[in-house]
Amino acid sequence: MSTNIELSRIVKAYGDVSVIHGIDLTINPGEFTVFVGPSGCGKSTLLRMIAGLEPITGGDLLIDGERMNDVPAARRGIAMVFQSYALYPHMSVYQNLAFGLETAKMPKAEIAERVAKAAEILKIEPLLTRKPKQLSGGQRQRVAIGRAIVREPRIFLFDEPLSNLDAELRVQMRVEIAKLHNDLGNTMIYVTHDQVEAMTMADKIVVLRAGVIEQVGAPLDLYNNPKNLFVAGFIGSPKMNFLTASATDTTLNVAGGSLTLDRPVTGATTLGVRPEHITLTPGSGAKLADVRVDLVENLGGQTVVYATTTDNQPINIVLEGQSPVTLGENVAAHIDPARLHLFNADGDAI
Amino acid sequence: MTARSLQSGAPARERAATPSTWSRIWQNDAPGYLFLLPWLIGFIGLTVGPMVTSLYLSFTDFDLLTSPDWVGADNYIRMFTNDAKFWTSMRVTMFFVIFSVPLKLAFALAVAMLLNRGIRGLPLYRALFYLPSLLGASVAIAILWRQIFAGDGLVNKLLLLVGIEGPSWISNPQYSLWTLIVLSIWQFGSPMIIFLAGLRQIPTDMYEAASLDGASKWRQFVKITLPLLTPVVFFNAIIQTIEAFKSFTPAFIISGGTGNPINSTLFYTLYLYQEAFAFFRMGYASALAWVLLAVVGVFTAFSFFTSKYWVHYDE
Repeated sequence: MSTNIELSRIVKAYGDVSVIHGIDLTINPGEFTVFVGPSGCGKSTLLRMIAGLEPITGGDLLIDGERMNDVPAARRGIAMVFQSYALYPHMSVYQNLAFGLETAKMPKAEIAERVAKAAEILKIEPLLTRKPKQLSGGQRQRVAIGRAIVREPRIFLFDEPLSNLDAELRVQMRVEIAKLHNDLGNTMIYVTHDQVEAMTMADKIVVLRAGVIEQVGAPLDLYNNPKNLFVAGFIGSPKMNFLTASATDTTLNVAGGSLTLDRPVTGATTLGVRPEHITLTPGSGAKLADVRVDLVENLGGQTVVYATTTDNQPINIVLEGQSPVTLGENVAAHIDPARLHLFNADGDAI
Repeated sequence: MTARSLQSGAPARERAATPSTWSRIWQNDAPGYLFLLPWLIGFIGLTVGPMVTSLYLSFTDFDLLTSPDWVGADNYIRMFTNDAKFWTSMRVTMFFVIFSVPLKLAFALAVAMLLNRGIRGLPLYRALFYLPSLLGASVAIAILWRQIFAGDGLVNKLLLLVGIEGPSWISNPQYSLWTLIVLSIWQFGSPMIIFLAGLRQIPTDMYEAASLDGASKWRQFVKITLPLLTPVVFFNAIIQTIEAFKSFTPAFIISGGTGNPINSTLFYTLYLYQEAFAFFRMGYASALAWVLLAVVGVFTAFSFFTSKYWVHYDE
């Protein structure tokens, strides 16, 4: 049932302007892969090339070993959920779900059966006679997913499907899509610019920037071992702190102080540390820097501290629970040296 | 003094001192009415006035020279019971409307679809295709059209090149009305521009979703483009139908004001014109005008009534 996708040196250019610069990627059967990256990084273009909605300029796209570059979209066994849902406003929910099957000239009884099954999975049975304009955002999203399910495709593609929903609904739909993947077991590719969606849903994350893959890996792999400054800054929320540093052998000079590490770090110019890995408790790990508290956000379960080092570098700290930190206070920030990330002048991790 | 005290406990003397409702309205709204005045004068003087007068005249016998004589509903009774030309002109006009409007709309939509494919120099094509609409109803174009479709006109000369001897399109009653229909289709620019705007409103991802579903271009056109375009089709159909009912100049010029051959181009408006300005039967012509208004009104009302079954509005 599950399908393997192979991208080999995939290139996309519009005239002289190249937007995807030779991408190699393997997506294993049944995998939930998320393409993530900032706006304009080429993630949607890549998805559309896999879907067959954009011609591939160069390279090979293989689905289950078969070259698909010139195969029309409809014959790739792919269903796609669009950011705008792309529901037909003049058709009822039932007609929207049935459209693809009617196009394929499927018998009416089978169409009814498939629509009923999809409606049951997505809990949209009471909505089948309604028009899209009579549905809420979340319901429309379900119908859009339903339209993909009824076709029983080999591969599901999602192009930023949750970006039009409010925050609460987004979390809810995120869970539902993840469940759907567990239930159906199909290969799915999901595009988002929201790294939280990527982290929570993906089996495999593909981080893209300016048409090239920066890193591919499991969510925690990317979180724990980012390959470069870009991935380190993109994955994780709040963002990783970056402090200018210099190093000689095992000594790292940063924020007016110095840290002695258990390995040589010569060449390190940037120290990265996640806000949640910093504590203000004396004796917990090594002292990183003295900081002045500029702003405190008490979220109840967490306290977010916005601070500045003595050499004027901004640093954010996330403390578990409700910490009694006061504005303008000078405190010492401590870290576990094992959770430090160091990058050289090229931005690569060392 | 506060507003509250004025509203509740203000003494009668103070209330009397406040400006009256009318003068307050005048003070507040006068500038608005002043700006409205040029249009209002035009509307009352050039539209409402003549309409009311023509309604009155439609119940009279009036030859422009003597005072109108009240004849009651005689004009209307005569029209429906004793005027073969009325029925002929109605039939010609209906034929013209029934064929010219759908053909013009279909042609306009076809060109709009071609122009909607992101071709280069689109603004130029748009302007070029719109040109006939600007010129189309003019006397000059009607004269030109008469030359082109005459027995020795350009059309027949071109046909001769491929060995076909064409008829005289204008003087043959079998073809004369079709010549006017073709002239009307040629003025497709205005509905085409509106169709083009409508086509641009249809989100591309609907077509992409359909193409992923395997829908052919034709199925996409029938199942997506046409239904989503129905508000625009509806608007264009109403406007073009009213225009077609009112069509006058081409028939007048091409038939030399006679509606010939054998009344085959006797448009309703042409007949109305003849009654009014050739025979000076202003009362009867006014009655004809009111019947045309009623026919257009009934058609428009019917269109609006049926629209809920076939026009799809997104929101």
